[in-house]
Amino acid sequence: MFSAREYVKVNSLEEAWELNQKRANVIAGGMMWLKMGNGQKGTIIDLSGLGLDQIEESEEEFSVGCMCTLRQIELDPGLEREFGGVFRESVRHIVGVQFRNGATVGGSVYGRYGFSDVLTCLLALDTYVELYKGGRIPLGEFARMPYTRDVVVKIIVKKDKRQAAYASQRNTKTDFPVIACAVSRKADSWRIAVGARPEKAEYICLDGTGKTAEELAREAAACFSYGSNLRGSAEYRAHLAEVYIRRLAKELGKEA
Amino acid sequence: MEINLILNGKKIKAQIRPDELLLDFVRAQGCWSVKRGCETANCGLCTVWLDGKPVLSCSTLAARADGRTVTTLEGVAAEAEAFGSYLAEEGAEQCGFCSPGLIMNVLAMERELSNPSEEEIKEYLAGNLCRCTGYMGQLRAIRNYLNRKGGETNGENR
Ligand SMILES: Cc1cc2nc3c(=O)[nH]c(=O)nc-3n(C[C@H](O)[C@H](O)[C@H](O)COP(=O)(O)OP(=O)(O)OC[C@H]3O[C@@H](n4cnc5c(N)ncnc54)[C@H](O)[C@@H]3O)c2cc1C
Ligand code: FES
Ligand code: FES
Repeated sequence: MFSAREYVKVNSLEEAWELNQKRANVIAGGMMWLKMGNGQKGTIIDLSGLGLDQIEESEEEFSVGCMCTLRQIELDPGLEREFGGVFRESVRHIVGVQFRNGATVGGSVYGRYGFSDVLTCLLALDTYVELYKGGRIPLGEFARMPYTRDVVVKIIVKKDKRQAAYASQRNTKTDFPVIACAVSRKADSWRIAVGARPEKAEYICLDGTGKTAEELAREAAACFSYGSNLRGSAEYRAHLAEVYIRRLAKELGKEA
Repeated sequence: MEINLILNGKKIKAQIRPDELLLDFVRAQGCWSVKRGCETANCGLCTVWLDGKPVLSCSTLAARADGRTVTTLEGVAAEAEAFGSYLAEEGAEQCGFCSPGLIMNVLAMERELSNPSEEEIKEYLAGNLCRCTGYMGQLRAIRNYLNRKGGETNGENR
């Protein structure tokens, strides 16, 4: 665990942003990842007094505050109804309930970790990141951006009548995934995200017209690059990706 | 810095370091049941409740407890003892180091899920590692404990 000289529970996003411009300072989400770091920090910036721990639903979208926990998105009835359990399936394997009561959506998205189930799931949906200074940008663009010192305020997920499904594979329960796949469809227009390759998740869009689930999966899996690490080889990951994309496409009603 | 909280039913005002972990804070307050295991958010030994929800005190800053309610095993001693007797009956403890965290999460699960299935129990407790028992005794003890008033745990949550 790192040491810190000060702790400030901010009263506004402007205060958070200003404090965060100093390199020694750090925004604390759930602290699950941060606490593994060492060294000396200046000020820990706490956003928990800004009411950003709510999931709000409007006609067009869900707005998920950065301080919402992974457990909140797992259990939210609105997200469950709209996206058929894809959020629950993407996070339920992450360590345990106590962990998911702590880890935040903001920290998970900001981190853009290679192994991230959360990023993979969100990329298959029409998702935007709301940054305090940078405004609203598509998550895919945010995922490719270099790390900056802006504040992630909210994650916006559009309600565009998309159906979605998720699958991951782990060598042992609660470990990082060896592969993570999320697939969504709107009519025969498909959006496919693959993470833990082990590079961070990316997504592609494909037209499924005239293709079987097998053909769609083969074409989609070939669009991504794969690497090897202790959890699995590049070849194994490429194979798993194709299998899971095919299964998810079938789950979403794509004919065999 | 100063924090005010309710710890096991008692109002407390305390001075803490900005980087102090909740784990170190509750132990300094005499809640020795809370154990430091992996310290990497993996094992669940350090489980306490924050406003009634189970969290990992090894990864939570004490400052986050300001204005909130923290419960450790010491705060639910009678219930913990009752469930502990089910663990003992099944021979489900060896070194016992994991028990306080497990008990806190089982009691949280009992409050959150009505009549959980075996799969739901396993999922809820996936973050409570035990190096000794192989889990089967713990699962028997949990089932017996949840069924103590008659009935069967059969999963009517989803
Ligand atoms: C043991 C372990 C196992 C894990 N397993 C998995 C897994 O299997 N799958 C998976 O998807 N994830 C996994 N994770 C990652 C986890 O789910 C979270 O994504 C991660 O902990 C970050 O969330 P946090 O709230 O704890 O953020 P923190 O640790 O608090 O912060 C992470 C980073 O984000 C920054 N940050 C936080 N909030 C904001 C904000 N609002 N604006 C700008 N910057 C911000 C912080 O400064 C820091 O740089 C694991 C993590 C651990 C420690
Ligand atoms: S000591 Fe907290 S999870 Fe292991
Ligand atoms: S009884 Fe020894 S770790 Fe569980």
